[in-house]
Amino acid sequence: MISKSRRGRLLAVAAVAALTLGAAACGSDDSSQPAAGGESSAASGPITITLQTFGGGKNFGYKEAVDKWNAEHTDIKIKYDNLTDQFEQVYWPQMIQWLQSGAGAGDVVGIDEGGMGLAKAHPEWWADLGEFGLQNRQSDFAAWKWENGVTADGKLFALGTDVGGMSLCYRRDLFEKAGLPSDRDEVSKLWPTWDDFIAVGKKFQSKVKDTKFVDGTNTLYNVVLVQEAAKNGNVSYFDKDNNLIVDKNPAVKTAYDFAQKISQEGLTAKLRNFTPEWNTGMKKSQFATLGCPSWMLGVVSGDGGAGPDFKGKWDVAAVPGGGGNWGGSWLAVPKQSKHPKEAAQVLDYLTGKDAQVSVFNYAGNMPSNLQAQQDPAVQGAKNEYFNDAPVGDIFAKSASALQPVFLGVKHAQVKNAIESVVSAIDDGSVPYANGWQKLVDDAVKAAG
Amino acid sequence: MSLHVDAGQPTRTPIPPSRRRAHPRSGRSFLTWLDLKAAPYLLISPYYLLFLAFGLFPLGFTLYYSFFDYDLTGTVEWTGLGNYTAMLGDASFWKAVVNTLAMFVIATVPQILLALLLANALNKRMKAQLFVRMGVLLPLVTSVVAVAVVFTQLYGRDWGVINWILSWFGVDPIDWKAERVPSWIAIATMVDWRWTGYNAIIFLAGMQTIPKDLYEAASIDGASRRRQFWQITIPMLRPTMIFVVLNSTIGGLTLFSEPTTFYNGNVHGGTDSQFQTVSMFVFEQGFREFDYGYASAAAWLLFLLILIGSAINFLLIRRIGGNK
Repeated sequence: MISKSRRGRLLAVAAVAALTLGAAACGSDDSSQPAAGGESSAASGPITITLQTFGGGKNFGYKEAVDKWNAEHTDIKIKYDNLTDQFEQVYWPQMIQWLQSGAGAGDVVGIDEGGMGLAKAHPEWWADLGEFGLQNRQSDFAAWKWENGVTADGKLFALGTDVGGMSLCYRRDLFEKAGLPSDRDEVSKLWPTWDDFIAVGKKFQSKVKDTKFVDGTNTLYNVVLVQEAAKNGNVSYFDKDNNLIVDKNPAVKTAYDFAQKISQEGLTAKLRNFTPEWNTGMKKSQFATLGCPSWMLGVVSGDGGAGPDFKGKWDVAAVPGGGGNWGGSWLAVPKQSKHPKEAAQVLDYLTGKDAQVSVFNYAGNMPSNLQAQQDPAVQGAKNEYFNDAPVGDIFAKSASALQPVFLGVKHAQVKNAIESVVSAIDDGSVPYANGWQKLVDDAVKAAG
Repeated sequence: MSLHVDAGQPTRTPIPPSRRRAHPRSGRSFLTWLDLKAAPYLLISPYYLLFLAFGLFPLGFTLYYSFFDYDLTGTVEWTGLGNYTAMLGDASFWKAVVNTLAMFVIATVPQILLALLLANALNKRMKAQLFVRMGVLLPLVTSVVAVAVVFTQLYGRDWGVINWILSWFGVDPIDWKAERVPSWIAIATMVDWRWTGYNAIIFLAGMQTIPKDLYEAASIDGASRRRQFWQITIPMLRPTMIFVVLNSTIGGLTLFSEPTTFYNGNVHGGTDSQFQTVSMFVFEQGFREFDYGYASAAAWLLFLLILIGSAINFLLIRRIGGNK
C-alpha cells in the first residue's frame, strides 16, 4: 500500500516536472517556429507580402492595383491590410512599437508625412531600398519627395506614394436647396477668400437648418494651416532645427482663429474628422462642404464615408485662399521583414506609374510619381463619383508645383494634441477664450 | 543586517546535510526528498512562476523606470523623483484622477445598492429560480467591447436612442462625449450593466449562508421584514460586502475599456479628456507619447490610489453593523 501510494506521488512529481519542462520547451519553440514555417512556405508556396496602411474610405487606394498584382503573380502575393482610420492616434504609435520591438510590422508599411520626421531619425528601423536597385527611381519624383525618403546617413528607405493638393468638396443638391449656384466654376467664384467662404456659409445656414455648412473645425483648420505655412517659410509646428514654434508661427494662429470663427458662427456640425460619428455625418447629410486634399476624395466616396448612395451629389470646387499641400504618404520596408527583396519589389510596383494611375482612377489620391502625374489617363481624368469633376485638371496640373511643409520629429504627437483642442473648442468643452492658450500648452507638453 | 542572517544560518543548516549524508548514495532518499519536500513547491510553482514573469517583474521594472526619463524613440536618462514631482503639478493627471474617482462613485454606489436589493429579491422562493438567478449574470458574459459599442450608439449625440427618448420630455440633445458629467454617467451605466448582476449573485451566495433560525427568532419577536433586512441580513453580509466593495474599488479605479471604446479607441478620453481615467492616462503617456518613465510613475501613483481607496472602503464597510 505504502509503496503504491508513493509511486503514485512520484508519478505526480514526474508529471509536473514533465509539464514544466514541456511548457518551457514550448516557450522556446514559439520563437523559432514561425521563422521555420516562413522558410518552408518560402520554399514551397508563394511568399505573402503584408502591406499595412491607414486611412478612411478607400485609404491608399491600392485595391485594384493589388488585385491586379495578385492575379498576375503566383510567387508573391500581396495581403492588403488597412489597419485604421487614424494615423496619429492609432496607426503610428502601434507601428513605432512594432518597429522598436522588432516584430509585428508588415513587409511594406505606409507612413504619413507627419511620421516621416521620426522615421528618418531611425535608420535602424528600415531596410535599405538601395540594395534592391530602387536608387534608380529618383527621376520619378520631385526632389523634396525623394529626399524625404532618405535618412541623414544617405540610406534610401521610403518612396512617395501620393501628394496632397487641395480643393473643396461640396454637396450640389444641398447648395441648390440653399439657393446657391451648384456649378463648380460658379461655386469656385463664390469664395476667393476664406472670409467669402464664411459669408457663403452664413447665407447657406440661413436657408438650410438641418445641415451644417462644414463638418467641424478640424478639417479646415488643417487646410488653412498648410496654406499659411507656405507663406511662412513652409514650417508649421517645428522649425527646421526641430524647435517647437507653435506660439511663434503666425500660420498656426491664423489657422486656429479661422477654426474658432467658423465654430462661433455656428457653421460646424461639431463632428471630429475620421471618427465613426463623422462617417455617419456624411451618410446623414450633416454637412455640405469638406476640405478636400486629393486623398479625401477616396475617403468620401468609399463605403466607410458617404458611400455609393451619394454618387453624383458631391462635386469639387477650388479652395479659398489658393493651393496647399496637406498630406501625402510614403511606403517603406521595415528591417524586420523576412522578405525584404520581395517587399521592395512590391513597393517598387505600388509606387510605379501603372499602379499610381490605377490608384488615382480608383480613389483619387494624387500620385507623387511624376510620370503618373503627366500620364494622360491622370491629366484628363474625371471623377465619376464627384459628378464627373475634372480631377486631373484640378489636382494634376498643380501637383508638380507643390511645396512640402517641414514636419518635425515629434510632429505626429503635437498634431494629435493640437487637434484635440481644435475639436474641443467646437464641442464646447474648452471655452473659446481659453482655446489658444490651451493649444500652446498642450503642444509644449506633447513635444516635451 | 546581513551579518545576522549569515550568523543565523549555519546554526540551522548543519542538521539536514548530516541527515542526507547518512545515505549519501541512495537514490531512494533523493526521491523521498523530492517527494516530500520538493513536490509541493513544484506543484504550486506554475502560478508563482507566471506571477513572477507577468506580475512581479513588470512591477519592479515599472518602479525602476519611473525614475528615468525614458523615451521609447529616444534616450534614457536618470531623473530621480523628477517624474513624480512633475506629475503632482500636472493638471491633466489630476483631471484623470478626478474623472476616475467620480466615475467610480457614480458607478459603484448605485451598483452595490441595486445588487443588494436584487440579491434580496432573488433570495425569496420563486418559480424558475435557477433561471432567474442565472439570468442576472447574463450581461457579464457579453464582451466589454460589445457592451461599450452598443452603449456608445445609445448615447450618440445626433442619432442616439437616449437623446431621442429625452426629446419627448423636451430635453435638448446632450453631447454625451463632450459634457463632463453626462459622459461620466454614460460610462457608469456601462459598468453597472455588466457588474450589477455579478455582485448580486455574490451577495445572494452570502445571504444563503445566514442561518434561517435568526430570521425565525426575529419573526417571533415581531420584527418586520424590513427590520430583518437591516438588522440581520446586512450585518451578517459584512464579509461578503468587504469582498464586493474591494473588488469594485479595484475594478473601478483601473477602469479602461469602457471609456476608451466610448471614444473610438482613443485614450485621450474626449476632446478635453472629459472622461480620461488614470489607466488611460498611463496608456496615453506610455504608448501614445512614448514617455515610459512618466507612464511608469503614473502607474505607481495609480497603485497608491487603489491602496488608499481600498483602505478607506475597508474601514467604512467594517463599521457596518459594528455595534453588534
